[in-house]
Amino acid sequence: MSDKFNGKVWVLGDDIDTDIILPTEYLALKTVDDMKPYAFSPLRPELAAKINPGDIIVAGKNFGCGSSREQAPEVVKALGIRCIIAKSYARIFFRNAINNGVLLIENDKIQDLVKEGDDIEVTVGEKISANGNDVSINSLPDNLVEILNAGGLVKAMRKRNGLD
Amino acid sequence: MGMTMAEKIIAMAAGVKETKAGDIQTVTLDYMMSNDGTTHLTIDMYNNDLKNPHINDPSKLVWIVDHNIPADSPKTAASHKKMRDFARENNIDFYEGEGVCHQVMMEKYVCPGQLIFGADSHTCAYGALGAFGTGVGCTDYLYAMVTGTSWLLVPETIRFNLHGALKEGVYARDLILTIIGKISANGANYKVMEFAGDGLKSLSVSDRISVCNLCVEAGAKTALMEVDDIAMDYLKSHGRSPKALFKSDDDAIFSEVYDIDLSEIEPIVAKPHFVDNVVPAKESLGVKIDEAFLGSCNNGRIEDLRVGAQIIKGKHVADKVRFLVVPASREIYNQAMEEGLLSIFLEAGAIVMNPNCSVCWGSCQGVIGEGETLISTGTRNFKGRAGHKDSFVYLASAATVTASAITGEITTADMLK
Amino acid sequence: MGYTAIEKIIGRNVNKKVHAGEIVMTNVDRVMIDDIMVAFVKEKFEEMGFKKIWDPEKVVLIYDHFLPASQVDDTRQFKAGNEFASKYNISHIHRSDGICHQLMPEQGYVKPGDIAFGTDSHTVTYGCVGAFSSGIGYTEMAGILGTGQLWVKVPETIKITIDGKLPSNVTSKDIILKIIGDLRADGATYKCLEFCGSTIFNMSVAGRMTMSNMVVEAGAKCAVFTADEATCEYCGLEYNDNIKELAADYDAVYVRELRYDAKDFVPVLACPSQVDNIHPVKEYEGIAVDQVFLGSCTNGRLEDLQTAAAILKGKKIAKYLRFIVTPASVKVYNEALADGTIKILADAGAIITHPGCGLCCGRAGGILCDDEVVVATNNRNFLGRMGTSKVKIYLASPATAAMTAIKGVISEP
Repeated sequence: MSDKFNGKVWVLGDDIDTDIILPTEYLALKTVDDMKPYAFSPLRPELAAKINPGDIIVAGKNFGCGSSREQAPEVVKALGIRCIIAKSYARIFFRNAINNGVLLIENDKIQDLVKEGDDIEVTVGEKISANGNDVSINSLPDNLVEILNAGGLVKAMRKRNGLD
Repeated sequence: MGMTMAEKIIAMAAGVKETKAGDIQTVTLDYMMSNDGTTHLTIDMYNNDLKNPHINDPSKLVWIVDHNIPADSPKTAASHKKMRDFARENNIDFYEGEGVCHQVMMEKYVCPGQLIFGADSHTCAYGALGAFGTGVGCTDYLYAMVTGTSWLLVPETIRFNLHGALKEGVYARDLILTIIGKISANGANYKVMEFAGDGLKSLSVSDRISVCNLCVEAGAKTALMEVDDIAMDYLKSHGRSPKALFKSDDDAIFSEVYDIDLSEIEPIVAKPHFVDNVVPAKESLGVKIDEAFLGSCNNGRIEDLRVGAQIIKGKHVADKVRFLVVPASREIYNQAMEEGLLSIFLEAGAIVMNPNCSVCWGSCQGVIGEGETLISTGTRNFKGRAGHKDSFVYLASAATVTASAITGEITTADMLK
Repeated sequence: MGYTAIEKIIGRNVNKKVHAGEIVMTNVDRVMIDDIMVAFVKEKFEEMGFKKIWDPEKVVLIYDHFLPASQVDDTRQFKAGNEFASKYNISHIHRSDGICHQLMPEQGYVKPGDIAFGTDSHTVTYGCVGAFSSGIGYTEMAGILGTGQLWVKVPETIKITIDGKLPSNVTSKDIILKIIGDLRADGATYKCLEFCGSTIFNMSVAGRMTMSNMVVEAGAKCAVFTADEATCEYCGLEYNDNIKELAADYDAVYVRELRYDAKDFVPVLACPSQVDNIHPVKEYEGIAVDQVFLGSCTNGRLEDLQTAAAILKGKKIAKYLRFIVTPASVKVYNEALADGTIKILADAGAIITHPGCGLCCGRAGGILCDDEVVVATNNRNFLGRMGTSKVKIYLASPATAAMTAIKGVISEP
């Protein structure tokens, strides 16, 4: 993964739960691509169609609370979201996202500095630059960086099983 | 010249002394039943297409939510809400969760001699109590709702004289499937199928409903049975009395007459994808099933549940097979609970659902998936009826369905002994 | 420095003493896979290149979310599960026996001190019998199936002590809702909630199950109700030293402590559309309700149905209201049939559905439409959870649900 990237911001609030990210009704669709149009539909039905690869979600606290459905981070990944920046994450979503190679950044300052549509720059493990401001960000624990670097848990396990 | 039972009921409803097949009569209806399959459409037409909408007599309307109860999507929930709100505003008898509409009608409304419209094809079931019930679409229903009347082409009657009694292990379902197989899926188009004869007294009211209910699968406008002590006892036990007791005159004209020896009927299976595609059950043995369904307005009564429970007691549903048991009404659910039948089914690994149309109406709970096979006591086995368009439905009696649930393939109950 | 209950459970599993913050590789005692996730687990498992499951005896497969199927593609999940089970020799399969989180403790799959993971967030439930259990995604589940292990960070613990006697109209549901309201939806993220005090000691395992089930709504990784005699009776175990040793030390270190006096609890609601939006039922009395739901892995147990039946006995539900009752398991359904509870509920006008997740997960079994209001005993009231985003969901106890069903408006029991 590149150390530095920029992207267009979509702003969401606190407690974005997994039923919002992907309602139960669509969990058993055949592929994640089939599920994509329904992402965030209870809250913002128009959003999924507007998101472009490389975009960034900026949200409040407790992002991904609720169910263990891994379709939630998978659908976010399938939409091409480059990373999520939230004040905090629910723990299952956090693990699921890392296991799917989705970058999560925990930060509680950026929310006040950006509005929807802004373009921001992220330097992984270092800072976010938005509208002339820089906010610093932490890096992840080593065991998670390992999984992310492997490209997710499936790839890490394939390596373990001598397949890649 | 004599009149048939149907002609007498229509003459009475039309306020004329006599009428004959081929006449067109304007009749006053006794009840108009509608369910959640189409009532929301009727309400839309009522609200949007009429200049001065009003209901002729709300006390004649009965609305029943049974096809998707409890609701399985916001869309069905919205159609229920529309129905519930309208019923409430207009003081219409309204049931939700009480059971499959035709069973609820039999338990609470239908009386001999009545003429009843139902916005559902299986309304012909009411003939079991000597009432002329027939299915109509929303537009006919709307007209009837507003005027209290409708027009009717007086139908010809095919008479079935039943003799003797069914053998042990053979059921009313096998009888009517045999008849439909014999006369074919359009063999009674526009006509009345009238059942009489000494054999009738060997059939319970439940059996009779099962027979009449399925007559639409031969194209019949309705089915009728002479009202005897057995029917009268049922009526009395439900606190009602007849509007009128009719039977066909000796010199009434029938378009066809069949004599059927009940003792000759064997267990029958209707194979995909038509109800008249019948074969002796013995010829379908061994077909692997994914799901079995015991329920519906055709075979979800206490008698059917008793048959099933007796067969499955102490046994278990086959591995990987889903066995849906769905009492046809709250009254039946309660009776089955008291008799311990629900526990028997649950202990055997069955899925016991609340009274509703279930998989017989393939968009309620219990639907089957691509390539799957269902054996069912439901009313129809049309392609896609029970779920996925590429799936297969076999129709059979409660006994055959239960036996098949136990083995995982089409099996007759006698094979388990 | 002493050890908390969760530190002891994890420590015993990894065979060394551990404190919060350490990252350890646990040896998993039991896993649960549900019908929504099984097809994805299979796909990931095979993609990872595993050929066999580390210990099929430890795997439990449960069909509950899609039962009975309401969409034509639902049965594909059953088929995928059946194939997966055949291929990898999984023999513990429940195809129509009830909701996974009810079945796991009820059927004896989880015991005090066990470490269990499931592909559903409410896997936290098994803390009710003193196990460490938590929800994970299907990729991690696939990893466990291959390796038998999962890394976890030993969580910090929030200790919650409740003493005294509860008011008669308050149930364990009101307690956990109140606590979630106090902690907020993210107040226990990554943490363990350890419950103690005389109120807890006197509470049934079923009541504890309701509470442990919901800790994930405060973000918690797990809950622990230290195993006691009631737990052991429920699990069919002897209450011996081995189990007693799992209790927290007196000098264990907690990140936070909350104390409650049982008599201060009142019946509460989680109001739309967040589980931590807690208010006394009294403040919302009179709001018209279209549907009441009694069921789910939170409140579909025999004692919940009995609580409702005691209130509904001889009464009828309000006209035009739907009252849906879904026992949490076939065992519960049978027991409730045998003791007359179902009869009381049915006579009152309830629609009794087959045990399953149905309505709680928004698949079927009583979905609502715009502008409808539901009072429900399950665990989530998220926007759109039981229908459209214009449905208002109030979470409540079985007692509040029953009283509301009679009155047709939100009512305190």
